[in-house]
This record gives sequence, C-alpha cells and structure tokens, in this order.
Amino acid sequence: MTTAAPAAATTILPPRRLIARTLGAPGAVAGSIILAVLVFGAIFAPLLSPFDPNATRVCPRLAAPSFTHFFGCDLFGRDIFSRILYGARLSLAVGLLTVAISLVAGTIFGMVIAFLGGRVDRIGVRLLDVMLGFPAIVLAILIVAVLGVGAFNAALAVGISGIPRIARVIRSATLTLVGREFVESARAVGASQTRILRRHLLPNLLPIVIVLGSLDLGGAILSTATLSFLGLGAQPPTSEWGAMLSAGREFMRYAPWTMIFPGLALFLAVMSVNLVGDRLSHVLDPRASGHG
Amino acid sequence: MAEAPLLAVESLSVAMGVTPVLEDVSFRIAPGETLGLVGESGCGKSVTALSIMRLLPNPPGRIIGGRILFDGTDMLSLDIGALRAIRGDRIGMIFQEPMTSLNPVYTIGDQIGESLIFHRGMNGRTARSETAKLLDLVGIPAARNQLDRYPHELSGGQRQRVMIAIALACRPRLLIADEPTTALDVTVQAQILDLIGRLRHELGMAVLLITHDLGVVAEFCDRVAVMYAGRIVEEAPAAQLFKQPRHRYTEALLHTMPAANPPGRKLPSISGTVPAPADRGEGCIFAPRCGFAIPRCANELPPLTEPPHRLRCWNPA
Amino acid sequence: MATLLEVVDLATYYATPGATIRAVDGVSFTLAEGEVLGIVGESGCGKSTLGRTVLRLVEPTGGSIRFLGEDITKLDRRAMVRRRRNMQVVFQDPFGSLNPRHRVGEIVVEPLEVHGIGDARSRAARVSELLVLVGLPPDAAGRYPHEFSGGQRQRIAIARALVLEPKLLIADEPVSALDVSIQSQIINLLAELRVRLGLAMLFISHDLSVIRHVSDRIAVMYLGRIVEIASTAEIFDRPTHPYTQALLSAVPHTDPARRRERILLSGEMPDPAKPPSGCAFHTRCRHAMPRCSNERPALAQRPIEGGSREVACYLY
Repeated sequence: MTTAAPAAATTILPPRRLIARTLGAPGAVAGSIILAVLVFGAIFAPLLSPFDPNATRVCPRLAAPSFTHFFGCDLFGRDIFSRILYGARLSLAVGLLTVAISLVAGTIFGMVIAFLGGRVDRIGVRLLDVMLGFPAIVLAILIVAVLGVGAFNAALAVGISGIPRIARVIRSATLTLVGREFVESARAVGASQTRILRRHLLPNLLPIVIVLGSLDLGGAILSTATLSFLGLGAQPPTSEWGAMLSAGREFMRYAPWTMIFPGLALFLAVMSVNLVGDRLSHVLDPRASGHG
Repeated sequence: MAEAPLLAVESLSVAMGVTPVLEDVSFRIAPGETLGLVGESGCGKSVTALSIMRLLPNPPGRIIGGRILFDGTDMLSLDIGALRAIRGDRIGMIFQEPMTSLNPVYTIGDQIGESLIFHRGMNGRTARSETAKLLDLVGIPAARNQLDRYPHELSGGQRQRVMIAIALACRPRLLIADEPTTALDVTVQAQILDLIGRLRHELGMAVLLITHDLGVVAEFCDRVAVMYAGRIVEEAPAAQLFKQPRHRYTEALLHTMPAANPPGRKLPSISGTVPAPADRGEGCIFAPRCGFAIPRCANELPPLTEPPHRLRCWNPA
Repeated sequence: MATLLEVVDLATYYATPGATIRAVDGVSFTLAEGEVLGIVGESGCGKSTLGRTVLRLVEPTGGSIRFLGEDITKLDRRAMVRRRRNMQVVFQDPFGSLNPRHRVGEIVVEPLEVHGIGDARSRAARVSELLVLVGLPPDAAGRYPHEFSGGQRQRIAIARALVLEPKLLIADEPVSALDVSIQSQIINLLAELRVRLGLAMLFISHDLSVIRHVSDRIAVMYLGRIVEIASTAEIFDRPTHPYTQALLSAVPHTDPARRRERILLSGEMPDPAKPPSGCAFHTRCRHAMPRCSNERPALAQRPIEGGSREVACYLY
C-alpha cells in the first residue's frame, strides 16, 4: 500500500554527497557525461555552430557529411550540425518546461487533495482517474488541437497530460505523511493548514518530486518531439529534433543523415537523462540506501 | 550442571561487516531448563538467537568464532539441508511480531501443517487432524473451525498462539522465544507466558527466552544471563540474580525501574548511553557509565567467572 | 486546587465501512491545576483517542470539554488555535513525531512562530533556554533529529511542547518506545518539569509501573470507558474493579514480594465495533452476574469496605 511513498524515510543528504553518490555507478557517469555535452552544446550553440541554423543554401541540398558540414545538409541546404545544436536548446528547454508543469501542478493537486481528505479527495481521485483513462499522447493532441500548434503549446499539452500520474504518486505519499505524528504535532501547536502543507509536507515530498521529475524528463523530451514530428509542435523553420526527423523521412533512402543525426541526438538525450534519473531515484530511495 | 547440556554456546563471536556485535558469548541450557537472555536494545540478544539457528542474514552478519553445540551436534559445521532438518523440528522459534512472521496468503491450518508434512512426512489428512490438536493445545478454542482462517482474521494474542503451535508442531527439545510478548498487552502477555510455561512442562522442552523485560524473566526463567554491548556480563539463577545482583550494570538497571522505587521519588538513572560497537574500548564496556569503576576497569577486560554465579566485573557488589 | 480541565460524558466515534467504532464512549473526569492523572488501559481501550480528543486533534462526537472554565468543543478553528497555547502534547514515537527535514531549532521554535510570540532574537534565546531545561546541549539547535538517540529525541519533543509554557501537557505513552535505562531519565525529567512549571498532565500509558510512579490519580479504561478512578495509592493498595484487579495481577515483577496472585483473563478485549451488552467486561469477568450482561453499571461513588470508590461495577 505504501510502495509509492518513499518520502517517509528518505535520508537527508547534503547536495555534495548526493552528487557523489549519484555518480557512484558507471551508467550514471556515462549518462552525466553525455548530458553535460548536450547541455554545453545547447548553451553555447551560437558560439559552436559553424553556420546560421536557419540560413538556407549554405551548402548543396542534401549534401553528405563532410569536414565543413559534419552532419551533412538538409533539403534547403541548411547545416544539420548547427540545427542539432540549436535543436538541443529547444528540446531540453521544452522538456524542462513540460516536466515543471506536470510537477508543480501534480504535486500541489496530489498534496492538497490528500491533506484535505474526505470529499475533496474522493472527487480529486475521480478526476485523476478520468484523466488517466485517456492515453497521454491523445490527451496532448487534444490539448494542442484546442490551444493551437507551437513548441510552447506542445510543452503545455504534454505537461498537462503528465499531471495525473504525478498527482497520484504524490497523493499516496502525502497520505502516509499525514498519518505521521509530526503532522499531528504541528496541528497540536496550532499550525495553520497552509503552514502544515508548506513547512511540513512539501519538504518531505521533495525527494519524490525530484525523482519523478528526473524519470519523466526523458519521456517529456520524447513526447514533445513526437508532437513536433506529427507537425503539432515546433513549426518550420525552427530547428527541433522531432520536426527535423519528420522533414528528413522522405529522403531516408538517399540522404539518411537527415534522419540519423536528429534521431541519434534524441536517443542520446533521452537515454542520458534516464540513466541519471534511475540512479538518482536509487540514491534517494531509502530502501536502496546503504548499498548505493 | 551435571547433566549434559542440550545447548552449549561457546565463545561465540559475531560481526556485522567489520564491526563486532557479539564477543565471546558463552552459555549452556540443560534439557527442560529455561534460560532468560536480557538486555537493552542493541545488546546482541537477538543476534545470539539468530546465530544459534544460523538465520543471521549474511552479509552483513558473520560468525567469526566460537562453537554452538546442540545435543552434541556442532551447528556451525552443518550444511543447509541438515540445518533445515533441525530448524522447526528439534528447535522451534517464535518471534516478537506474529503478524509479519505469518504468511498472510495461507490459512493457519496450512502453515502449521507445513512443518508436520516437511519434518514428519505426514500426509495432508493426518497433518490436518494433528494441527487441530495443536490448536487445542495452544488454547485456540473450536480448533477445527479455525484451521481455515487467515492470519489477519485473528487477534494479536491468537496469532502468537498460532506461532507457538507452529514452533511446537514437531515437539522440539528447545524453544527459542525472541521477545514473544513484547507486542502484546499485559493481560494477554500473562496468558501467553502461562501457556508457554505449561507446554514446557508437558513436553519437557528447554526454553531460551529473549526479552528486555526484567519482570518477565524474573517470573518465568530458571536462570538469567544479562547482556550488555555484545557480551554477557552476569549469569545466575533467577531468584539469586534479582535478589542480589552483583554486576554494577545489572544492579543499576534494576534500580532504575519505576517499580523498584517509591512512587514520585526521583528514579536513579544510568548516565550516558550504550557505546556504539565501534567505540567499545579496551576494558569493561560498562566502565564509562559505571558509578563504581576503579582504575583497572578502564584498561583491562574482566573475565567471566565460573558458574553458578558468573560475573564479568572487577568491582562487584 | 482550581479545576483546570473538566471532561463530561465525552464520546468519540469513528465511522468505518460497515461499523461505528466507539473509541471513547462516555468518559467524564476532572483534572486540577498541577495534577497528574494517569490513564491506563490496554490497546484498543481508547486512551490515546481520549488524549487526542481532549486536544481536539480528533473531533468529539458528543460531550463537553471545559478547559479553564470554557467549553472548547464549540470553538471555531481560529479560537481553538489560541487555546492550544495552553495545552500541548508529547507523543510516543520519538522518531515519528519530529519532522525529519527540520533542524531541532526549527522544531522547537515553531510554536512561537505560529503564535507570533517574540522576535527572532528572543525566540532564539528561548529555544536555547528550553534545550538546556530538557538537558540537551544548546548547539543541538543546528542539528537534525536523526542525529539524536531515542531518549534525546523525546527531550526535543518535550522542549517543543513546553516552549509556550502550557498549563496542560498530554503525554501519550512518552516512554514506551525507550529502553529501561533511558525511560527513567525521561520520567525524571517530566517529574522535575512538572514541579518547576506547575504543569498538569494527562499521562497516558499501558505500563502500570510507570503510571504508578508519575500519577497522583489513576483512571483505568476498558473498551472506551473508565471503569475505575481513584488515587494512585488506592488503586494499587486496593483495586476494586475486577478488570483493575486482573490488570494489576498480570504485571510481572522482579521482586517476589510485589507479585500478586495472577488472575488470568480468558479471551481478549472484544472488538470495539461490537461491544458486549451491559458491562463491556462481563464476557471475561469471573464475578459476572446475570445483571451484568443486561445493564451497564455507571461510574459512580460506590461503598466499598471501609470507604467508597468511584467504580463502574455491580459488586459494590
């Protein structure tokens, strides 16, 4: 019953030790290195990219990779390497925004309904069940259909579709915390509802929130790329990995680099984020501590 | 003790990882005798019980020295098959928390019968009728109707009775009871202790009772061994030990009990806390908290004297 | 002495699917200023619910709680928060009752913040004062609860409960999770603070020898009701209710002189969702009469040999 609630006993690790412990496994080290490279590329894209990502005809159409154009060129003669660097900016930013939306809304929702309990909780849980009934991507497409296409709306859509899952986990974690005596003790000294939520419940939920976020980031990057691939996310000429994959698929036969490199970038981003996320959840989970 | 001991633990030492948790623990239990092993949490009493059954989780637990002789057999030299044949057959064990020691998905009849089928080679039907007799024996009325119930349908006291039935199914010669009544209310505790006491006489079995409750030991056991920080510090017949404790730790522990003091009076207390296993010094482990320590206590470990009143103290009462 | 707390016919029922559990079922008692009333009983008797109901951490189903002459059962949340200054609680589990993510200083200062007492500097001074009072080093304020042992954590919980200088402290099994040698330290601390601060206490415990040591009077509970209430000496010298007698006789003693003839009760405490008719104890009572299963004896002063006793039993 309490499997989804590791907060109750999470150990408190100072940030430095947390990082040291997280890097204590080869997978996490590899993931961190790849992620660091991607983040570095994204931040310094203007300095690192040899060409303007949106400038057309910097090279022959669909030119193969070469020393000047590392990853080759696309249909409009744009440099794919530069577009991937700028694409990293968008993909990572959109991914983070997506996760932030799910986490903030999901945490508040789950925490509040569990804390208030009774009818609020029952109605809240029903609502979450209804939302969970839709496949997330269908829900996201529905939201984009209402809000219109675009990278930001795609983030919003995927973010909203991720809320119920987060809210469910946070709700059950909160339920076990509410039963703990320190919450009763806060009530006994006269603490208000908001104070109990903010000062007592939230800090104890944070480790779970961090773990959920790190595990969801990979999926979020992938989902927003999917929307772009379907033409519902970032619009041309914005360089975005999903959109690049989509544009390249017609030339897969004779210019495979138009798909291989955006696909590889997406794969590496998702994999590295997942590797780090898995390790982080392992370190923050008290049942695993001591052996980490 | 003229009689050959049923269980002899000789110089048992156990480590958790690199930290020693039991050091040089020795005691004997004669057939039919009841020995109480008392001490505060972390003193090593449960580790001792698990070591005898070879149930200590390894890693991190490791027996690093000593011998455990049960009925002449060296328990430490047995392979897992031979151990299983002894566990639950000639040595029964009951634990503190009867809810977690019972498997929630099997009926109590199945769980008691399992041991009979495994150790005694009974078929399902004979095991079932024997199980009903066992439930009668441990005082669960209308036993046959109870066979098909699940652990969660029983109260805490009834679950402990079921645990006792499982432990006694094969009429063991030794029962190891690790805090069997700690989770129970005092009136239920009285019932369970009364039950174990009666069965002990009927079956002629020896009991190793592990508890933190000095009162329980005083009323239930023939002899008592007091443990502190991984060592036995005193061992004597129960009446003698509680009337005239000689080790300063035993003495202090008895004095701190509210029942030993007039109501409202300030209770004597033992200053400080039990040292962590890594911080146990050269001398007597109790010396830093002892009101009667002499210079020698800090440097030299006192040896455990010989029976009947064994003692590990340089300056006894 | 003046009455601090007067509980009349208090009831707390829990609705569970299919049944109503009468955790507290018509409890009445008074507590004078500075007095310690021990509440003793076995698990499921309702003693913890009683403590929580008096604080209104659990809402009563019926009855009244008069604290300092005022009925607090009718107060709204805001008014109740103000009364909490005067009534505090220490729980059993020193590992569960302190927020693991707060430093000790934050834990002890919280009641002052909640009630807006003093400024940052005076609060910090008050916190160090309290930490010293309960026997902790002042530098404890900067550390986290998990760095302390069980006994020390219980001291932290006591400091937090006393920082507002309450008139009433409800101690719910405050030493039950501690080792014998640590128990005596905490019992001594509570006894000392009681005298120094003029605290009244409801001391809830299942441990009769602890209750005996700290209480002026004792109330024995069985299945949601008080079956006997009297001074500590009266209860121990001469228990009158058959349940009190059985309870006392069940306690094992190291001193043979203290042992009583054991009265083994048959069966266990009935399910509070389905309490027996009449006297709830009649199913296990060796003196049960036909009347006991039909009528419920009221808790009232009844004549006993050489005096009278507040007891709920038809034997008297």
